[in-house]
This record gives sequence, C-alpha cells and structure tokens, in this order.
Amino acid sequence: MESILKTRELTIDFGGQAAVSGVSLEVPKHQFQSIIGPNGAGKTTLFNLLSGQLQPTHGTILFKETDITHLSPPLRTRMGMGRSFQITNVFPNLTVLENVRLAVQSSAGVRFNFFSALSRFKQFEEEAVHYLKSVMLDGKRDSLAKHLAHGEKRKLEIAMLLALKPELLLLDEPTAGISIEEVPAILDVLRGIKEQGDKTILLIEHKMDMVLDLSDSVTVLFNGKLLASGSPQDIMNNELVQSAYLGGLYDDAS
Amino acid sequence: MRMISRYTIGLLPIVIIMLLAAYPFMNDSRSTLILLSKIFIFAVFAMSYDLLLGYTGIVSFGHAMFFGIGAYAIGIVMYKIGDSMGMLLLALLIGVVLAAIVSYIVGILTLRLQSHFYAMLTLAFAGLFTVLAEKWRSITKGNDGFPFPIPDFFRDRTTFYYFALVFMILFFLLLRRFTKSPLGRVLQAIRENEQRTASLGYQVVHYKVIVSVVAGVVAALCGGMYGMTLRFVNTSVFSMNTTLDALLMTIIGGIGTLYGGVIGAALIELAHELLTSLAKVHPIFERWIIFFGLLYILVVMVFPLGIAGTFKLWLKRKKTSIPLGKRDDVPW
Repeated sequence: MESILKTRELTIDFGGQAAVSGVSLEVPKHQFQSIIGPNGAGKTTLFNLLSGQLQPTHGTILFKETDITHLSPPLRTRMGMGRSFQITNVFPNLTVLENVRLAVQSSAGVRFNFFSALSRFKQFEEEAVHYLKSVMLDGKRDSLAKHLAHGEKRKLEIAMLLALKPELLLLDEPTAGISIEEVPAILDVLRGIKEQGDKTILLIEHKMDMVLDLSDSVTVLFNGKLLASGSPQDIMNNELVQSAYLGGLYDDAS
Repeated sequence: MRMISRYTIGLLPIVIIMLLAAYPFMNDSRSTLILLSKIFIFAVFAMSYDLLLGYTGIVSFGHAMFFGIGAYAIGIVMYKIGDSMGMLLLALLIGVVLAAIVSYIVGILTLRLQSHFYAMLTLAFAGLFTVLAEKWRSITKGNDGFPFPIPDFFRDRTTFYYFALVFMILFFLLLRRFTKSPLGRVLQAIRENEQRTASLGYQVVHYKVIVSVVAGVVAALCGGMYGMTLRFVNTSVFSMNTTLDALLMTIIGGIGTLYGGVIGAALIELAHELLTSLAKVHPIFERWIIFFGLLYILVVMVFPLGIAGTFKLWLKRKKTSIPLGKRDDVPW
C-alpha cells in the first residue's frame, strides 16, 4: 500500500540522551495507526519531530514522497499535515468560533489580506460552524475558549484540526486528562473521521486499551526505539510488549 | 431598552466628533487648540503602539524611533530645502519610507527573538537614533534642536486643528479595518498563542514584521504631524519618554482596543497640562511624573484592561449577564 509518511533512522539527542533513536516508521495512506508506549518512551518527541517543532539530529522524514526534514511547522501544515497537542493548546481569549475560523482561513490560503469581502468572511464562519457541529460544540460558538470545560477544549482542538483539511492527522493523546464519561464522545468523533476514509490518522496513546479497536495497526515505542509493529491483535499477544508495559524489560543500551 | 443603550453608545463617538468639530467656533484660544491637536496626534501614535502591544503582543521600547524619524524628516526638509506644500509632502514621504525601511530591518533582525530580548534590542536601536540626532550636528543641530517654518496653509491653528482631527478619524478607521481584516485576526491569534498559530500554517515572523512596519509607518506620520504642531524639533522626540507616553496611553486607555488609545492620549495630555499648571499652587506638581506613576500603578491593579477594555467588558456583561462571581479582568 502507498505510504503517506516515512521516516528513516530518525534520531534526536538532547545532550547525549537520545530521546528518539533510529526510528524508521511507515504510515500507509488512509490508515488509522497508533503509537503506544509507556511514559517517557519518546512518543511526543517523535511527534514534535514529525510536525517540525524539533529538528532531528539525524535521519530524514518523507511526507508524500517529499523530504520535509528541514521545513518549518507552518509549511508542513500547508502541505497537509495537521497536529493536535497533548497539552490543550487553543487561543484562550478568542471565541470558539474564531478559533476554528482561523483554521478555516488558513486552509483557504487567506494569509496577508488587509481587506476582504464580507461575503467571504461569512463563508469562513459558516464553514467553521460546520466543523463545530461535527464535534458537537456548536452550542458554545460565542463563548471564549478559556471558559470551556477540558473535554470541550479537546473537541475544539479536533475541530480546528479538521478545519485545516489535513491529509494526515497527528493526534497527541486526544483523551489525555479527560474524565471517563467524556472519553466515548471523543472516540466517537475519531471514529467518524476514520469512517469518512479520506484521512490518514497517526495517534499517540498511553493507555493501549483505548485505541485497540479503532486502530488498523499499532506501533510500540520504548526508550526511544521502535519495539514492535503490527496489527492490534499481534501487539496484544507480543511478549516483548507485555514485559515493556509491566516494567520487566530493561534496555541494555540505556 | 437594551437596543436604546447600544444605540447611544454607537452614537457617542459621532457626538464627540461633532463637538470637537464645533469647538473652534466656541473658543479659539490658541493653547487649547494646540493641546487638542496634540491629543489627536498622540491618539494615533498610541493606536499604532497598540497594534504591537495590544493586538500582536509585542513589547517594543523603541517606538519613539519612528516618531522621531518622522519629526526630523519634516524639520530637516522644511528648514534646509523650503517650506512649500510639495516639500511637506516630500518630507512626509521621506519619513514614511525611512520608517518602513528601519522597521523592516529591525523587525527582520529581532522579531525572531523571545519577547524580552526583542524589547531590549528595540531599546538599543532607539538609543542609536538618539545618539545620531545628538551627534550629527550639521543636520540636526544637536541636543538643542531647531525651529523651522511650515507651509502657510498649516500655520493657522484652526486649520491645523481640523487637519489633525481628520488625521485621527482617518487613521482610526484605517487601523480598525486593519485589525478586523483576515491579517489582523491572525495578529490576535499570535498574541494568544504563537506556537498554535504557527501550527495552523501561519508563518508568525512574517506577520510580526508586517505589523511592525505598519506601526512604524503610522508612528512616523504622527512624528511628522507633531513636528508641524510645534514647528520645532529636538532630540526629545527620540527619547525613552516618548515611547513611555505611548505605552502609558495604551495601557491606561485599554490595550487591544483602538478607542483606548484615544482615551489614553486625552487623559495623559490633559493631566499633564493640568498638573503642570498646578505648579504655582505647590512645587510638587512640577514633578507631575510622580502622579503619573501613581495613576499607572492604580490602573494596572484595578483596571488591568484599561478604561476602554473595562467598559467593553462591562457592556458585554450587561448584555449577556455573566454572573459577577468569576471576573476575567483582574489577575487575582
């Protein structure tokens, strides 16, 4: 199957400590792939490398057959890569609608306009409302983002991400810090995106049971290295993975 | 009822503008006209500073440098070349172009830095211009400055008063358009969360450079207008105090609201005038800056959103009746 994202020997050193080392990953198009791993495995660091927040010490990243290793985050976004953050990351003093509208505006390529027709603006707003509806947040369109509950902020993030119309979504623990009652709502949103079938999703999760039934394939990261990769069923039965999670595995290199 | 009150608030600026337009017919005291003209000019200066501080979240300590470039451009051209109308336009153009170039270069060099490093560097650049104005005596006559003539048309205080009033209204409308444009919305996003703005696909540094050029150009025009009011220029236009005035006006008036600049400029200039005139009563009023310090501390503690910002919040609260339990406007 054609792959949309490929990394080769991706490594980053923080003063001698390799947070991610030699990760070669391949994400096929229109797949739902999860990356799991215990705390400190380097999952978020790997994401920061993929989305350009960090520069790798060595290794390359290919996105849609183009080398993007040295592109800045905004340029990667414009190529069709959108990411959400583990720590909630919205514009606190803007309204919910404006948060999404900014994403719509970006994906429409309106960047440096001093003047714009009012009708165009209306169109952006309508589109933004559409994305808010898709995450069941349209009732809150005029509240300031900082007044939202935590789970609602996560949904807002997903709406902003969808509004960018990315081909590849990088989701960093979308259920982190959410109460157990709210988790199914978020998972429903993710399932909805998956069922549309036109997007590739790469998702980080700490709690592996959360995503097993959603994922097409699962990759396990441990101490910055790729430990195993395969279908959810394989990973569940993999002894190496079980010992990594139960703490029985010690990496000789570290 | 609510409709009526909203309507009156929308009407208020128009009433004020009409009163200001009628003012010279009621009282043509030269000093008041000059004071009001200065308020109009500083209002625009404060608005230009607010583009940086209130809309984009950039703290600059070098805004006086553009004000000074505009003032000196007018002074030097009028004095050295001639005081015709054409020369005045040329001088304004020179000021604007120079300010654009300087703000572009300073922006490119420094806007990638973290906020406090940027603030320090702009302070250094402004210092550079002060030194230049002091030492390049053949052109600037050093510290003492020099008086210069302006075209006859603007010599009449009433004419200049109207010119300054139109200048303020025009720039208020232009800057309001600018802040509400797609570009202006991105600036506010940068203020809120720079990293997130970048990950939405906006190249943050480009926006910061654009806004600093716009703010610099507007400030240069204000400097030119200020020079025309005084018909005199010296190094004080480059001084830290000029930047601090803009900062105070913006913060007291309310950051992130263009009205705030107007209110702040009016308050500060009037207070300045009033306090200095009280110097006859007690010598402490010579040191009016002490009272500004107190006022500033009070505003920051009690109305951190400034006058316009607090008013806006109050209106909104009235409209949507948010319970008073949770306040957004104070940090505690």
